[in-house]
Amino acid sequence: MIRIDDRIKRVDAVSKARGEAEYLSDLRRDGMLYARMVRSTIPRGRIGNIELPVLPEGYYFISAKDIPENGKNSLVMIAGDWRCFAEGDVRYVGETIGLLVGKSRAVLKALDDAIKITYEEEEPCISIDDSIALKGGAILGEDNVHCSLVSEKGEPVDDVLERADRIIEETIETGFQEHVHMETNAAMCTIEDGKYTIYASAQCPFYIRKSICGLLGLTPDDIVVKQTTTGGAFGGKEHFPDVLAGPLLVAESVIKKPIMLVFDREEDMQFSVKRHPSKVVFRTGVDKDGNILTSDIKVYYNVGAYLSSSYVVLQRGVFHANGVYNFPSTRIRGYGMATNTFPSDAFRGFGAPQTLFAIETHMDHIAAQFGIDPVEYKKRYFLRQGDETVTQGHIVEKVVLNEMLEQVAAKSDYYRKAAEYKRGSGRGIGMSFYNHGGAFTGNGEQAIIKAHLRLRKKGDKFTILCGQTEMGQGFMTILRKIVAAVLETDIGNVLYYNPDTSLVPDSGPTAASRSTMIVGRLAEEAATLMKDHLDEDEAEVETEYRHPEGHPWDQSTFKGDAYLGYGWGVCCVEVEVDPLTNEVKVDGIWSSHDIGKAIDELIVHGQVNGGIIQSLGYASMEKMENRNGFFRQTSMSDYVIPTSMDFPRQEWGLVDNPYEWGPFGAKGMGELVFNGADAAYIDALERALDTTITKIPMPVEDIEGVRR
Amino acid sequence: MIEFKLNGKLVRFEGNPLTRLIDVIREDLDLTGTKEGCGEGECGACSVLRNGKLVTSCIIPVGAVAGDEIITIEGLRDTPQGQCIIDAFAEGGAVQCGFCIPGMVMAAQALLLVNSDPDEDEVRAAISGNICRCTGYDLIVDSILLAAKKGKGLW
Repeated sequence: MIRIDDRIKRVDAVSKARGEAEYLSDLRRDGMLYARMVRSTIPRGRIGNIELPVLPEGYYFISAKDIPENGKNSLVMIAGDWRCFAEGDVRYVGETIGLLVGKSRAVLKALDDAIKITYEEEEPCISIDDSIALKGGAILGEDNVHCSLVSEKGEPVDDVLERADRIIEETIETGFQEHVHMETNAAMCTIEDGKYTIYASAQCPFYIRKSICGLLGLTPDDIVVKQTTTGGAFGGKEHFPDVLAGPLLVAESVIKKPIMLVFDREEDMQFSVKRHPSKVVFRTGVDKDGNILTSDIKVYYNVGAYLSSSYVVLQRGVFHANGVYNFPSTRIRGYGMATNTFPSDAFRGFGAPQTLFAIETHMDHIAAQFGIDPVEYKKRYFLRQGDETVTQGHIVEKVVLNEMLEQVAAKSDYYRKAAEYKRGSGRGIGMSFYNHGGAFTGNGEQAIIKAHLRLRKKGDKFTILCGQTEMGQGFMTILRKIVAAVLETDIGNVLYYNPDTSLVPDSGPTAASRSTMIVGRLAEEAATLMKDHLDEDEAEVETEYRHPEGHPWDQSTFKGDAYLGYGWGVCCVEVEVDPLTNEVKVDGIWSSHDIGKAIDELIVHGQVNGGIIQSLGYASMEKMENRNGFFRQTSMSDYVIPTSMDFPRQEWGLVDNPYEWGPFGAKGMGELVFNGADAAYIDALERALDTTITKIPMPVEDIEGVRR
Repeated sequence: MIEFKLNGKLVRFEGNPLTRLIDVIREDLDLTGTKEGCGEGECGACSVLRNGKLVTSCIIPVGAVAGDEIITIEGLRDTPQGQCIIDAFAEGGAVQCGFCIPGMVMAAQALLLVNSDPDEDEVRAAISGNICRCTGYDLIVDSILLAAKKGKGLW
C-alpha cells in the first residue's frame, strides 16, 4: 500500500539504467529500411531542377509527387501551413524536399551527396528586424505578420502615458534555444494488422495521427501511433515528430516495408525547431517616485517560415508579459513574425519565458534608475488573489509570493548580501519572480481537448488508459502513484504503458504543464469511482474533463480567466565575475516554488534542478545564431549546454498551497521551473558589473561588450 | 580480423577496422544499452569501459581496440558493482528520460574503480564528460555518492 507522501523509486528508473528500455533507434524489424531526409540548402527561393543519381535496386526517392491525388501536402499542427515536402519553392534551410529510403545508411548518405538541386535564390529574411523591414520583399501577406493579438487592461494606455512624469523605454531580446534532448528525433513507419503504424519518440501520439492522416486522404483512426520510450523532449517533440512521421507515411504508402528515420545530432541541431527568439519593447509610464502607472508592451516572436503552433505560443507570451505584477493599466500587443528560418516551436515554457525574462529585467532596470532595491520594488506590485489579470480575468488562487520570497531570502541571506555587495564590485546577487499558467489557455481544456481517461480492473491489477506520455518528467510514476494512493494498493498493482492510440482514449497532448493537473485529476477521479467496483473481478470506469464553473473566457477577444491556476516561483542566484577573464562563477542557487502540492517530492526535486539549470544555460551559454538562414552552431561542441561542473548544488523549497481542482492539490510545474532563473542570473551579473544587460544569452565572450 | 574482449567474451570482427566501436556494439552485436547522443565524443551517452577506463565509443574505430577488454552496460549491470550503482540511481532519483543514464552508470563505475570513496567535487569531475539535459546533475551526483556509501567494500 502506498501513500501520496511516500518516497518511492521511479517505476522506469531501473530498466533505463540497465539499458533495457527500448528507445526508437533500439527497435529492430525484419527487412527494415532506413530513411534520410533530403533538405533545402538555401533559405528562400524557387526550386529549379532536382537531378537524382541512378538509384540502386531497393532504393527510393520520395517527394511531394508521391502524395496521392486525394491527399494534401500539409502537416496539421494547429495551423496546417507546414508542408510535408517542399514543392515549387523553399522557405528555410533544411526544409524537407524528399526522403531517400533504402537498406544501407552509408549508401543513403552517398546518394544524398550526389543529388543535385538547382534553385533560383531570393534574398532571405532572417531576424525579427529583417521581417519588420520586409527584407527581400514580404514573405507572407503584406506585412510578414503570421499572427497577432492585443490584450488591454485598465485606463487606456495612451492617456496614462500622456500624464506620466517619465516614460521608460527599452527593448529586451532573447535568442534561439535548442532543446538538446539527449535522444535525437526519431520515428519509424510500418504496417501492422493492415494499418499504417507509426512508432515515434514523441510527446503527443494523437497529434501525429491528426497531423499526417490527410497526406494520404485518410482519417486519424486509419493510423496507429505508438510512443516509444522518449529520451527527453522539452517541447521539441510536441509537434516536430509530425515532420518526420509525415514523409515516412508517404514513403510507407509506396514501399510497404518498415522504415526508420533517426536524426544524427548535427541534423537535430541544424534542422529541428527551436525556442522562438524574441524582442519585447517596453514603454512604461512612471510618476516622479518611480511608481508604475501603465506599461505599453510590444512582443515580437520570430516564428520562422511556418505558423504551425506559434499563435498559441505568442498568446502565452502575451498573457505572461506582465510577470507576477499587477499594474493599473497595460496594453500588450503580440506579433508573430515570418522569417526564412527553421520554424520555431514549443519549448518548455511555451512563449512565457521570453516575456517573463523581459519584464523581470525591465523591472530591475527601473528599480536601479530610482535607486531602490529591485526586490523591494517588485514586491509592491505582486499579484494577489482576486486581482485583475492582463486579460481582464482574475487570479483564482491564493498567492503566497511573499512567503516564498522570505523562504528564499533567508536561505540565500539575500538582504545582507544585496546590501554588502556593492554594484560593480564583481560580486552580485539577483532575484527573480515568475509564474506559469497551468494547462491550456482559457477554456481550451473544455472546448478543444475534453480529455478522457479509463481505468480498467482485472483481478487485482488496475490498468490506466490515457494518451499522456512519459518523456523523462516522471509522469508514468506520478500517474500510477495517484491511482495506487487512492485505491490504497501497491504501485505494482497499477499499470500504465506507453500509449498506443488504438488502445487508449485521447487525453490531450503531453504539454502545457497539464498532465498531472488535468489528466492526473481524471486518474484520481477514476480511481475514486473504481472503489465501488473492488469486489468485481473485471470492471472499467471512464472519466471526462469538467471545467470548473465561474471562469469565463472568450477565445475571440482573449478576455477572461486565461488560466485556472498558476504555479509560482522565486529564484535567487549569486555570482562572482573574474575581473580579467570575465568568467562567471555561480556561488549559489536558491529557489522556492508553489506547485500546489508535490505528488512525488523526489520527482519534483529533479524537475526543479533540471529546469533551473536549463534556464541558466539559456541565459549564460546557449548561443544559437542564424546567419543567412544557417544555424552557426551545428554540434554539441559548439552549442554548449551545462555540464556537472558549471553550476553548484541547488537549494530548493516548496510551499504548501493545495489547488482545488488538481489531484491531491497539485498544479502544473514542469515549465514553471524553467521560467525565472535566467532573470535572476542576469540581475546578479548586472549588479556585479554595475551595468545594464538587455539581451540573452550573455556568454562569457560577450561580457566585455556590456562592461561599463 | 580484429579480436577484442567484450563483456568477458571474445569478439572477432571481420569488417572495416574504421567502423566505429559503437556501431559494432549496437549493430553487429545488438547490444543497444549503449546510446548514441552526439557522435563526436562530446556527450558521453555512448560511454563504455576500455581496460577499466571510461571512453566514448562513438569516436573510437574498432581497429583501435584490438586486444582490449571492453565492458558495456550489459556487462556491468548484473555484477554486484553494477547492481549497486543502478539501485542507487533509482533510489536517489538520478533517472529522468534515461538516455544518458547507461553512460552515467559507466562513468560512475570508472570513478569508483579508482576512487571508492569520492567526495562531491570528485564525482562532478568524473561525470563532467557525460551530458544530462534533464536533471541538472544534483541527483546524479547524490546517487553516485550513495552508491559509494552503500557499496563499501565492493570496489
